[in-house]
Amino acid sequence: MRLELGNIFIKDLQFGEATKVENGVLYVNKKELLEAVGGDHRLVSIEVDIAKPGEETRIMPVKDVIEPRVKVEGPGGIFPGFISKVDVVGSGKTHVLKGAAVVTAGKIVGFQEGIIDMSGTGADYTPFSKTNNLVLVCTPTEHLQQHEHEQAVRMVGLKAAAYIGEAGRNVNPDEVKIYETLPILEGIKKYPDLPKVAYVYMLQTQGLLHDTYVYGVDAKRIVPTLIYPTEVMDGAILSGNCVSACDKNPTYNHLNNPIIEDLYERHGKDYNFVGVIITNENVTLADKERSSNWTAKLAEFLGLDAVIISEEGFGNPDTDLMMNCKKISAKGIKTVLVTDEYAGRDGASQSLADADKTADAVVTAGNANEVIQLPSMKKVIGYLDPADTIAGGFDGSLRPDGSIMAELQVITGATSEIGFNKLSATEY
Amino acid sequence: MIKVVHYINQFYGGIGGEEKADVKPEVREGVVGPGMALKAALGKDAEIVATIICGDSYFNENLEEATAEILQMIKKYEPNLFIAGPAFNAGRYGVACGSICKAVKDNLGIPVVSGMYVENPGVDMFRKDLHIASTANAATGMRQAIPAMSKLGLKLAKGEGIGSPAEEGYIPRGVRKNVFREERGSKRAVNMLVAKLKGEAFVTEYAMPDFDRVAPNKPVLDMKNAKIALVTSGGIVPKHNPDRIESSSASKYGKYDIEGVMDLTEETYETAHGGYDPVYANLDADRVLPVDVLREFEKEGVIGKLHRYFYTTVGNGTSVANAKKFASTFAKELVQDGVQAVILTST
Repeated sequence: MRLELGNIFIKDLQFGEATKVENGVLYVNKKELLEAVGGDHRLVSIEVDIAKPGEETRIMPVKDVIEPRVKVEGPGGIFPGFISKVDVVGSGKTHVLKGAAVVTAGKIVGFQEGIIDMSGTGADYTPFSKTNNLVLVCTPTEHLQQHEHEQAVRMVGLKAAAYIGEAGRNVNPDEVKIYETLPILEGIKKYPDLPKVAYVYMLQTQGLLHDTYVYGVDAKRIVPTLIYPTEVMDGAILSGNCVSACDKNPTYNHLNNPIIEDLYERHGKDYNFVGVIITNENVTLADKERSSNWTAKLAEFLGLDAVIISEEGFGNPDTDLMMNCKKISAKGIKTVLVTDEYAGRDGASQSLADADKTADAVVTAGNANEVIQLPSMKKVIGYLDPADTIAGGFDGSLRPDGSIMAELQVITGATSEIGFNKLSATEY
Repeated sequence: MIKVVHYINQFYGGIGGEEKADVKPEVREGVVGPGMALKAALGKDAEIVATIICGDSYFNENLEEATAEILQMIKKYEPNLFIAGPAFNAGRYGVACGSICKAVKDNLGIPVVSGMYVENPGVDMFRKDLHIASTANAATGMRQAIPAMSKLGLKLAKGEGIGSPAEEGYIPRGVRKNVFREERGSKRAVNMLVAKLKGEAFVTEYAMPDFDRVAPNKPVLDMKNAKIALVTSGGIVPKHNPDRIESSSASKYGKYDIEGVMDLTEETYETAHGGYDPVYANLDADRVLPVDVLREFEKEGVIGKLHRYFYTTVGNGTSVANAKKFASTFAKELVQDGVQAVILTST
């Protein structure tokens, strides 16, 4: 399967008469956008705003971040199972508005939504301080149940990204990247001497607002399976998650999964990157046993020599991470894990809720409990008040001047467990 | 001026070797033995006001008494910094330095520093509690040990930030601190993967800890007469969360009276937990903390009694150290209250 990703660099974002990309500027017609995303009776209003890198702007509480993309050649469309039909995606040509993002925000759904600061300390930790963000602030009807609220807002975000992505359909990309994965036997024939590696992609599926979707299917209900890496780039996997903001994978991160990108980088040179095994993180022991057995079985089936395993979330899924590691290692397959830590505010606690001696190669994205100070901002898109109650906040997190003292947990994408950032932790 | 008290053993105090290891603690004004070099290294910002000398055997054999005695001696000088050693690879000396440093830090609240060889048993016992400069294994390393200890001590006394173990020359303390690395995490993972495939050296960014696994207790055989308590990490609290237990990374737990409460209702209880959709727990908190069922069991005589209080916290993102601290406090209360078994519910 071969995909050409055409990146169109977006340097600025403005409201305009027509939705279009011109000289690296993305113009959005607000009225048309609202028509494209509106119509859900569960939302009483949707407001649109813009946040650009360097501005003294805080967006919170943030639900999801999505990159606008459009499929220009090949079967299917972006976000199969939600926006497009369930055709197999990941081949042909896709255009990306690189540097732009859709951010969904507004009244809190659960407790686990995040903060994006466009400047100051917080901006150093979130990848989305570097993107030009089109923010949709959604207000639900009164007494709307949380899962319905989440679903309504999720659809607004996906529709907005698809609508804006269309603006890139007929634009010549500034950069073209080609990604190709051969069917496994052909790949082995082409690289007979290279070790075979795969990526074990753990998806957050603890349920009750911790959900990830694959081609429209709630990933709680899958058994581990195989997927071409390029399918992910067309939105085959997306987030319906209200797990802590710092280490859930926003849809943007799924689309741009850096483990996939970096595995491609040395593919054909240091190893043969044969593909991706997706698995879930369900809460019952039977589910955990079944899924980790299955992941190890697939790794053996593919004749792998090594895997990278990434976690999503923390605590309960630490067990899935360790079970995957232990069972895959037991097949004689080498493992590298990517996770983050909850070592307490003082950093002195044990970092994970589980451990196994086979986990001897671990990349960490940092201690999410570490406390940070966020300065007050001139402009707030959304609401500041949830600062005390979102995951990572505490009584008194929000100060009268609008500054916030909270755990790093509150920052969207700060301790990405798919290795999106340079942040890490070390022993002092 | 930073006032410093220095601790050394009988050997460095010039009293004698092993044959004098049982001497009791004594205090001398000013510097003694390695204190001379330490004084020079500390420079003009600090002054060693007193030196305490104690026999290694005496200290280790009379731990509590010796610690109390020495603390009294130190207190008198109202120091701003306490330095012990260096102990190099001398085991009992290292343990004494570590013990007294920890006691000073805990009781007097002033910064402390020691110096030891990495294999000194005092390192394993105390590296989490204090900064221990990494030294050679014998006194021939004095020339390097003293400046390292004094530099750390001065920084701590002045309240300056302490850099990484590699930068500052102390033994890693097991404290996790965030840093920005050169490459993004995914790239580091791929590099590690390639190194592992090739059999080359690589450094894990998080070494697995010795995991604290708790063996289950023996079952309670006589349930009919047992007093049962409910404990949860599912965040069930009286409505409006009176103690403001955090939705994630809890810094506290709650203890609530359920005398006469037969059923947890939407009007009276809710969850503070931020890690799951709260709708079902808020509608009926018995789903997480089964008070209603236990009341029935009480009536039917399946259990003796439901304990008057339940204990609750939020498990979501809460550090293992905090969880352990909460439980070790209220477990004592439960035992005192005659509770034979606990139903621990999670979410």
